[in-house]
Amino acid sequence: MFFRTALLVMRKDLTVEVRSREILYTTLFFAVSCILVFAFAFVKEGEVLGDAAAGILWIAISFAGTLALGRTFERERHAETLRALMLAPVERSAIYVGKLLGILLLLFAAELVLVPLVALLFSAALFSRPVLLVGLLAAGTLGFAAVGTLFAAMLVRARSRDVLLPVLLYPITIPVIIAGVRGTALLLQPNVDQAMVVMWLSLLFAFDVVFLTLSLWTFEPLMTD
Amino acid sequence: MRRLFGPLLILSVILFAAAPVLIAQAPYEQTMGLIQKIFYFHVPAAMMMMLSSFICGIWSAIFLLRKKPEADRIAVAGGEMVVVFGLIVLVTGPLWARIAWGVWWVWDVRLTSALLLWMIFCGYLLVRKYGGPGADKLGAAMAIFGMANVPFVYISVDIWRTMHPKTTVVTTLGEGMAIPFWFCVFAFLVMYALLFTARVHLEEQRARVEQLFLEAGDL
Repeated sequence: MFFRTALLVMRKDLTVEVRSREILYTTLFFAVSCILVFAFAFVKEGEVLGDAAAGILWIAISFAGTLALGRTFERERHAETLRALMLAPVERSAIYVGKLLGILLLLFAAELVLVPLVALLFSAALFSRPVLLVGLLAAGTLGFAAVGTLFAAMLVRARSRDVLLPVLLYPITIPVIIAGVRGTALLLQPNVDQAMVVMWLSLLFAFDVVFLTLSLWTFEPLMTD
Repeated sequence: MRRLFGPLLILSVILFAAAPVLIAQAPYEQTMGLIQKIFYFHVPAAMMMMLSSFICGIWSAIFLLRKKPEADRIAVAGGEMVVVFGLIVLVTGPLWARIAWGVWWVWDVRLTSALLLWMIFCGYLLVRKYGGPGADKLGAAMAIFGMANVPFVYISVDIWRTMHPKTTVVTTLGEGMAIPFWFCVFAFLVMYALLFTARVHLEEQRARVEQLFLEAGDL
């Protein structure tokens, strides 16, 4: 029942998104613009500075993620549908999981474009260890989206929610960004230090577990008036 | 709580008047000299910052799960104290680092985690101030997540080399330094208690005024 509810919420979000494709297109466009700005900042005389590509990729993902989170819940607020969701006789945490799955799919779709683009534009060897890269991206995105979904949902009713989402989200998700950037930067080295990458990956997994648990635990009291 | 205010105030004034004398009499550290004396205020302030972040986080959780408004008042006081004592830490730290390391700031384990902890609680205060209705709950969630975040930041930056003196330095202090140090810790603790009780009392009064205001509106 729990997972059926979650899947239904996710399917609803995806159906809305597939019909308009608004969030995917705007988010992607924004992320690509970010990358363009960084290209001017970190490329000197045709050479990319250090392992800037890793940082650029993760900043683009987190900026795009914030935008997507804000828009997803703005849609719910606009149509007053979040109230309807909350009134449904199902577990609140199932609604959270459904929203999270929808945002995750959206972000993974954006990453499908962003990662090859960064690899191409900054001639970064991102695909030297594809399994580790996918692991880092998946775990990092999950951690970011887990906290983000909770905060975006809480902020639906708050004033100045557009400003507050980054204010809340960035300090809390710094460990994800640190682990993601450091892990990805290691992949860019000519000799990949696999043990260190796995260490960052396990840190990301630990973060995911703790923050998913906390989110599931606090979603119910937070969304109750 | 209100009765405690007077004695705490007097005690804290006496302690902070005596602290500079004790610090001045403490022996000079061999390599760093005079600048090392900043440590007598820097470390106790950092201790109060950590203590306060846990007070804020734990009482936020109590507020969120038990829905007790009293817990929220304690959490607000704790959150504000993190920012105040954090500011002391973040000002005294770079002053020391400029002499000892030659730079104001390095991206080191303790510096990054302290800055981030401070930023999380600045965010907490921002949310409480500008969040509008329901800001207390938003803030509570921020504080819980912030508290859970501390170990992660610590681990993730620990993998980089650290320059900051280890915490074990406190237990290996010579007698000449240990006495003024623990005296300062005690002075900070008393000041913390003073500010904390005053802040919680203020928050209680504010809640009472709000209650009276609502009652007057009903008449």
